[in-house]
Amino acid sequence: MIRFFLGKLLYLVPTFIGITMVAFGFVRVLPGDPVLLMAGERGISPERHAELSAQLGFDKPIWSQYLDFLGRLMHGDFGLSLVTKKPVITEFLTLFPATAELGLVAITIAALIGVPVGVIAAVKRGSWFDQVSMTTALIGFSMPIFWWGLLLIILFSSILQWTPVSGRISLMFFFKPVTGFMLIDSLLSGQKGAFTSALSHLILPALVLATIPLAVIARQTRSAMLEVMGEDYVRTARAKGMSSTRVIGVHALRNAMIPVITTIGLQVGTLMAGAILTETIFSWPGIGKWMIDSISRRDYPVVQSGLLLIAAMVMLVNLLVDLTYGLINPRIRHQ
Amino acid sequence: MSLLNIRNLTVKFATATGDFTAVDGIDVSVDKSEVLAIVGESGSGKSVSMLAVMGLLPDTAKITADEMNFDGHDLLHMTSAERRQLIGREITMIFQEPIASLNPSFTVGFQIEEVLRLNLGMSRAAARAKALDLFQAVGIPAPETKLFSYPHQLSGGQCQRVMIAMAIASKPRLLIADEPTTALDVTIQKQILDLLMDLQEDYGMALILITHDMGVVAETADRVVVQYKGRKMEEADVLSLFEAPQHPYTRALLSALPENATGDRLPTVSDFFAQEGAR
Repeated sequence: MIRFFLGKLLYLVPTFIGITMVAFGFVRVLPGDPVLLMAGERGISPERHAELSAQLGFDKPIWSQYLDFLGRLMHGDFGLSLVTKKPVITEFLTLFPATAELGLVAITIAALIGVPVGVIAAVKRGSWFDQVSMTTALIGFSMPIFWWGLLLIILFSSILQWTPVSGRISLMFFFKPVTGFMLIDSLLSGQKGAFTSALSHLILPALVLATIPLAVIARQTRSAMLEVMGEDYVRTARAKGMSSTRVIGVHALRNAMIPVITTIGLQVGTLMAGAILTETIFSWPGIGKWMIDSISRRDYPVVQSGLLLIAAMVMLVNLLVDLTYGLINPRIRHQ
Repeated sequence: MSLLNIRNLTVKFATATGDFTAVDGIDVSVDKSEVLAIVGESGSGKSVSMLAVMGLLPDTAKITADEMNFDGHDLLHMTSAERRQLIGREITMIFQEPIASLNPSFTVGFQIEEVLRLNLGMSRAAARAKALDLFQAVGIPAPETKLFSYPHQLSGGQCQRVMIAMAIASKPRLLIADEPTTALDVTIQKQILDLLMDLQEDYGMALILITHDMGVVAETADRVVVQYKGRKMEEADVLSLFEAPQHPYTRALLSALPENATGDRLPTVSDFFAQEGAR
């Protein structure tokens, strides 16, 4: 198992170096001068522009800037935001719990609904449940998140007035963050109504963010279950006199979960992309919104280091998924 | 009275182009402690008829019969819960591909202990001890460590021994072995057959051996049913069948044995049907 883990860890090194190049290059191919944007509408003299560029290192050749960036990274220095002058890592760590909470709740909703729906659809293949659920999943998968989010806001926040439009908790409540997860912190605060308020703020963006992963997980589970249900070992389990629930829930599902868990891992990347849109629609103070704001301000250090940190999170989750994969599938573990 | 009695069993599969008849009105019976071989080429409906007995056919299969009775239990009209009281306990089955027949995600120990705990109500510790006994009984080397192995860590022969251990765990009265040696090496085939015959004798159970290998039939069976295209061609005790086969198809099967080769082109089934003018 340790060898398996170290092997997977080794794969991350070239991936990480590749990401530093993409993150560094991406922001520089965008048109726009960060120094001019910093100066704002008043403009800036050419001398002051040159002075600031030299101060920030933008006058050096690109390769030299990249090496400086890598060198700083090696020392754990992610740079300072050009706008707020705060360390990028501090801003990231402040905002990340909001995104993590949203993403975790979304992927939990997606898995808790998607897996059973996929299993039932496979077991009752061709039934009305199968057809309705898989068509709904296809619609969910094809739906633009932006539009879907707005539709839900119109229905639940505007017409029905069941949920708030934006934010993480009502302004009536204030407490010091302990974990950064509003649901947990609101419970820890002991303030009456705080948890309900946090939950009502979270539910709509989480549903929007869960939509695509839910559709993908349901379809993947169905197809994996259909494949597994035809395997000889499932026939053996039935020949052993096991109940249908045990045959499906233990013998078939355990094997079907291998590709499903991989899919869930891959969906974390989709979640991050979805979080950018969802956080923008719902004014959710997470790293998605932070990235969008930083791109429009050409805040180079925030964009490049932010991208890198997000990518690192996705890689970490995928590493955990790979490890789970090894735990579930002994053939992989013993390779 | 026979232990298993099947009369006029027909199995049809619904396909896009209409029903396909896999088994067409066969009668099969097996007595207590008897070894019955069902022989025939691929597609003759040998496995399908026994999977119908086990209730393991897919929903697309339509099963009809005048009678399908196991020791007084009507297999045709029982609920799936009632059938589970027999399947895996009184009637067990082993299959052709032993490695694929074991769940790759669980240790073989878990898979056999599952039968002992859920079917026989044993405690975890008792099931472990019994599993060890069974592994020893079927000749698995180093059974203490093999209990913790996954199927991919065992050879095909060892996996078939595990399957046999699972099948005899509840001391069944009928074991159906569906081509249990086809996927194995020749040397291992002999060992597995000998093991099956020893266990059949020790446990006094009836054994239905599905095979297309006439050599296996000669060595093991008391009685033989010959099937072709879903129909029963002939039924006889093993000596009569080999000494005086009645049906042209049986003669065709026997003539295809390597020891009967004359050096000329091997005759085909259609040659025999043409000679006899039968069909």
